Amino acid sequence: MNGMVLDRALALHLGVVALLFVLQFILPAYHHGIVARVLVLASFALGYNILFGYTGLLSLGHALFFGAGIYGTGLVMREFGWPASAALFSGILSAVTVSLIVGFLALRTVGVAFMIVTLMFAQAGYLTSLYFNEFTRGDEGFVLQQATRVIGPFDLSEPTTRYFAALLLFAIGLLIKLALVRSSTGRVLVSIRENEERSRMLGYNPFRYKLLALVVSGAFAGAAGAMYGLLFGYVGATFVTIQYSIFPLLWVLLGGAGTVLGPLVGTLFMFYLVDLTSGFTTASLLVVGVSLVVLILWFPKGLLGTVRQRVLPWLP
Amino acid sequence: MLDVREIDCFYGDVQVLRGLSLHVQPGEILCLLGRNGAGKTTTLKAIMGLVRVRAGTISLDGRALSDMTAPEVPRLGLGYVPQGRRLFAELTVAENLEIGLMTRGHGAETRDRTLGLFPVLRERLNQRAGTLSGGEQQMLAMARALCLDPSVLLLDEPTEGLMPSMIGRIRDVVVSLREAGVATILVEQRVDAVLSIADRVCFIESGRSRETLAAEAVRDRPDLLQRYVGVGAV
Repeated sequence: MNGMVLDRALALHLGVVALLFVLQFILPAYHHGIVARVLVLASFALGYNILFGYTGLLSLGHALFFGAGIYGTGLVMREFGWPASAALFSGILSAVTVSLIVGFLALRTVGVAFMIVTLMFAQAGYLTSLYFNEFTRGDEGFVLQQATRVIGPFDLSEPTTRYFAALLLFAIGLLIKLALVRSSTGRVLVSIRENEERSRMLGYNPFRYKLLALVVSGAFAGAAGAMYGLLFGYVGATFVTIQYSIFPLLWVLLGGAGTVLGPLVGTLFMFYLVDLTSGFTTASLLVVGVSLVVLILWFPKGLLGTVRQRVLPWLP
Repeated sequence: MLDVREIDCFYGDVQVLRGLSLHVQPGEILCLLGRNGAGKTTTLKAIMGLVRVRAGTISLDGRALSDMTAPEVPRLGLGYVPQGRRLFAELTVAENLEIGLMTRGHGAETRDRTLGLFPVLRERLNQRAGTLSGGEQQMLAMARALCLDPSVLLLDEPTEGLMPSMIGRIRDVVVSLREAGVATILVEQRVDAVLSIADRVCFIESGRSRETLAAEAVRDRPDLLQRYVGVGAV
């Protein structure tokens, strides 16, 4: 029975990846770009969900990790002429390093204090990106030349390649996350979310597991940031603003915290809600805001969280 | 086995335990009796490393527990079922048990043996723990602690709020654990239930262990029950 449930879950997630693969051949050009962007940002949200949805830690500082990824990639390409493939790893490594440092300090706090400390770290990161304007070009940012955004024979600025690169990042992230949440480590993360003291009584060190969750989450954010820079060619301080800490929280809440596919659903929903409403009103953000309030009232566990609660209890 | 010697514990500046001592041997059921606020739950928490011991020592088979962190203590073979069950409500029964099994690296054999004590859980393995009845949740809390294959089990009011049939089932399990050589420290308000299964009773008052007697001797001492627990003869 349990094996069947696991297989069904795996089949569903592979099916979603296959569907996204096929969409590339069906979608009009305009939506190509949007879905590629959604896939990269949904990868960011996948990682955020590991920390928030599965471990129960609400971070308001994930823009710092996304920023570490995008600057860790962009700066080494622009300043040192690193090739895109090496720069991608540099971005991920930067985010892992930053999340380790932030984790060691911020995880000494809990609840609201954790939110404030992570927010302050992200603000410090944002101010740092402005302070070192000479390198980062601050708010204005800088463009990564098209000729440098190449890995092997693949030109990442070309729409089809860009879509597949975004899908590859998302698929890897999705499968890593699925494996993590179904593993014994994933169970311990949920147990910490449910009752930290109880997990300690059972012999687990919550600090270590929370640090692991934060670093993995930071690595996802860094990979998304690095890939975003490579695929869309722009690096700027806007990616370290508080907006980029709030976005993944919103996407995860909308899609369903503690569900593997929820971040994709939430990111897609939000992007297309903004896109559709901006087509017929200048007050699109107001419409989006009201829609979000209504949605959260009707689906407090998010879209997939509600589906799991009412229809598919086996959904991971 | 487990030896607690003259421990002092505080919540902030308030001293809760004052030179409390007790010990328990393999296959023995020791019951802690006392009024609310006497320090029974704090004693269990101190043993598990959840409350810092400022003075005195706690040792298991000669190994000092009082210097260890809370996550290290269960790994030595101490299982704790706190008051109020505290399950991981969103995890299934099977996943709750797995969390217990992983602590000391136990596998299917320990799980099957535990499920043998609580057959009803076997039928609920894929059900979320939060949806179980109160009695089933208590069984799961005990089963999860038993998945550590403990040599000492600490139970804090395991029958609180349960119907009589469930209380009987839990009582049977505690007795069978005694036969398997597991030492049990039991905090319980139901004096009649305690005296029917305990080997010894330790009366706690104002954070001090006042008297420790054989359970059968307590039946002949209604004055002690009246003094330390506030109930008459049972």
